[in-house]
Amino acid sequence: MDDRAIGRAAFLGVVGAGMAGLFFARDATGLLGRILPDQVAAIVPTRGWRIYTIGPSIPRIDPASYRLTIAGAVEHETTFTLADLHRLPTAQQVSDFHCVTGWGVDDVHWRGVRFADLLAQARPLESAVTVRFVSDEVPYDDTLTLAQALSPDAMLAYGMDGKALTAAHGFPARVVMPRMYGYKNVKWVTRIELETNYDRIGYWEQRGYDKDAWVGRSNGAATVY
Amino acid sequence: MIRRFGRTERLLHWVHATGFLAMLATGLILYLPALSELVARRNLVKNVHLFTAIGWAVAVTLVVALGDRARLADDWREVEAIDADDRRWLAGRPARQGRFNAGQKLNVILTAALAVVFVVSGFFLWLGERDHRFLLDGTGMVHDVAMYVSVALLTGHLYLALVHPRTRHALRGMTHGDVREDWAREHHPKWVEAERGL
Repeated sequence: MDDRAIGRAAFLGVVGAGMAGLFFARDATGLLGRILPDQVAAIVPTRGWRIYTIGPSIPRIDPASYRLTIAGAVEHETTFTLADLHRLPTAQQVSDFHCVTGWGVDDVHWRGVRFADLLAQARPLESAVTVRFVSDEVPYDDTLTLAQALSPDAMLAYGMDGKALTAAHGFPARVVMPRMYGYKNVKWVTRIELETNYDRIGYWEQRGYDKDAWVGRSNGAATVY
Repeated sequence: MIRRFGRTERLLHWVHATGFLAMLATGLILYLPALSELVARRNLVKNVHLFTAIGWAVAVTLVVALGDRARLADDWREVEAIDADDRRWLAGRPARQGRFNAGQKLNVILTAALAVVFVVSGFFLWLGERDHRFLLDGTGMVHDVAMYVSVALLTGHLYLALVHPRTRHALRGMTHGDVREDWAREHHPKWVEAERGL
């Protein structure tokens, strides 16, 4: 082989691998935990999480003064403290988390309360069709249809992987809807409003993302997970 | 002293280094959970990252377009040629080296290839946010992996250029353009002989 062909092959090989990776690479962040030294692995996102926010800082909510209000198209506007939330029937599940940008985290253990139990006291009106989740990270909000919220794998979570949610993951409470992309999984939820139409457009949906954010079946994706 | 790098080569090196470090800093804020949490302001950091990328690309293009293109083309021809001595050197056996040793050649080749990979994957990260048909599954991973490989290369590069006693004189070639002839004879004998007509 010509000497110059070696260098050229190395260049084209790396470029080619990168281009193929755009289409075929999958999140392999977990591998990093095994190949990197522990000190480095503790810093890089080995579990797979990236922390995406829209504001100037992460909301730090005092658990003692936290209140969750359920209002709108309900018979009784209801306000919960964090202790009140913990007293509701506890639900647990292990589900995957998918970000619309391509990364994901497998087997996240969530603990929280199903929306049926959460909404029971407030009693949504017959006319209520949409649940709007308002974040403490202003102006973030997003919606699920009432039917989507009541699905058996959706919840308002206050625990993650055996511990309380951390501030970065939405302490004290966040939405978990594993079959939809992460932007529907509103963090730092302080207010839930029942609405009688499905017109409201959430934060990322105002920026072009799909309202019904089914993983693998929305936002131009054809991926099968 | 003997001249190793001209102004165009040095400028290209420092433009790339500056752009890379600025994008690495902002990129790590976007990528590492602890930094994302500490700094937040994601939109601002993302915009700085994007505009740095544009600035870097414009600067690199200007250096190539307005600089000594013939010299850069010669460099690339030299770098691409991994000759028998280079292969021996890479295998860890003693071998006489030219103006670039085989490790330096590979560093240039990988750095150039990774720059292309960063540009293309970065472009699709940007485009995918605006048109979801281009939200390709592997884009983020490719950008991340290119970062890890680049940081590994940069770490070795900085060690050899700043720390390792036998090699760090090479830094002078990239700042002043010239290096000591005795040092060059020891590390790059084929080049010195060709230059001095021996």
